[in-house]
Amino acid sequence: MPYNKRFDGRKFDELREISAEVGVIPNADGSARFKIGKTIAIAAVYGPRVLHPKFLQNPIKGVLRCNYNMMSFSGSGERVRPGPSRRSKEIGLISEKALEPVLDLGEFPGAVIDVFIELLQTDAGTRCAGITAAALALADAGFPMKDLVSAIAIGRIEDKIVVDVSKEEEDYEGGMADIPVAMMPRTNEITLLQMDGFATLSELKEVLKTAKKAIEQIYKVQKDALRERYLK
Amino acid sequence: MNDNIIATHVTNLLDKEFRLDGRKLDQFRDIKIEYGVSNKSAEGSALVKVGKTEVVAGIKMEVGTPYPDNPDEGTIIANVELLPLSSSEFESGPPSVKSIELARSVVDRGIRESKAIDFKKLCIKKGEKSWIILIDAYSINDDGNLADAIGLATLAAIKDSKFPKYDEKAEKIDYSEKTKKGIELKESPIPVTVLKIKNKFIVDPTLDEENAMGARLTITTVDDGRICALQKGGDVPLTEDDVEKMVEIATKKGKELRKLFK
Repeated sequence: MPYNKRFDGRKFDELREISAEVGVIPNADGSARFKIGKTIAIAAVYGPRVLHPKFLQNPIKGVLRCNYNMMSFSGSGERVRPGPSRRSKEIGLISEKALEPVLDLGEFPGAVIDVFIELLQTDAGTRCAGITAAALALADAGFPMKDLVSAIAIGRIEDKIVVDVSKEEEDYEGGMADIPVAMMPRTNEITLLQMDGFATLSELKEVLKTAKKAIEQIYKVQKDALRERYLK
Repeated sequence: MNDNIIATHVTNLLDKEFRLDGRKLDQFRDIKIEYGVSNKSAEGSALVKVGKTEVVAGIKMEVGTPYPDNPDEGTIIANVELLPLSSSEFESGPPSVKSIELARSVVDRGIRESKAIDFKKLCIKKGEKSWIILIDAYSINDDGNLADAIGLATLAAIKDSKFPKYDEKAEKIDYSEKTKKGIELKESPIPVTVLKIKNKFIVDPTLDEENAMGARLTITTVDDGRICALQKGGDVPLTEDDVEKMVEIATKKGKELRKLFK
């Protein structure tokens, strides 16, 4: 069965509606909200602050710690049990790896930068939304950054490459590949790459090309949100 | 150290009936209630801002087995998470004592003891099946008075809720489809926390004021002014006279806050 029309009627390279706001949590050193379709991620940054317990400290450079959490009523279907899960731990880890390349942690030996990502509502693409919000929160906190980080989930369904995979597409019966990608938008260096499902090398190349274009759009929304906060 | 200086300042100002942010002693900060902030899967949700304090609450519903001692009743389960995202004082990990206190004393007791929800109406089949209402509240930013903000947010989220479709034969809930039926509320229990700092009473304390606290009393009242829940906190004892005054303030304020919900 060819996949000729997307479930929600979008074009294959069309993102859902995206918006971003910076400085949404007064207590935090930096914070941001990022919405993509119905997925809403909030990120807050605290630090650099002293890392306890002490044995976790790195005398050479600071530690970036990301905590990803879905609010218990934010899933689809039953209530999500509060507290860490294997999934949330993994997403926290890959978020750290996605964000670390733009930071200069050498400036903060012995310290920790805590990034808390909360999902208020989810409709696929949550880790990408979380990373995108977290990058904004880090910028809001005033860390010197080489670049922002922008992320998007690309999918392969049948012979089509689709941008910003929806929940329905994630659950596509004929099987699909779900490929979250994060990039530093100025250099297009990849800081997150995961995949569930099958794809050929040529498809993967196509995926990365498509991701680049989508990330340009997300980058623009991120920059606009920062301008809104600091240049107006 | 810094906190101590501010606490002393708060206390000294209060002597002259002044507050740091210029409010009257019995005045709340601006309150904003936003309904349906996460209704893609939640049965109901609401966001409440009280000044800079922000809280979000969501409702999920499940079908479960009634407790053997109340075979014809459903129930509520309340949970509060004080997110490390909302304050540098909160840490990741299992629920803190503070969050458990809020879940039990404000949310659970407020809803349960006020009899706002008729648990008998949550029963589907006696002894076998009944609705369980799962209430979760999260702090987004803590600038004091989380208790009252959580109370308002959970009440708003309950008012916002619609039952999901339940197929009795298949014994399955279809969360993608909501019915038109809401949770019937007979009362609107409103918690108001009154702080005693030296010999003054204030409502809606900011974080700076909470740090100067002697004692606090969270008083939940229902529509006709009766008290349905009490929770005392703080290290300082209260006199009978104090309690009377605090209840009077909370009843009056509760009435005002109730008007925020049509």
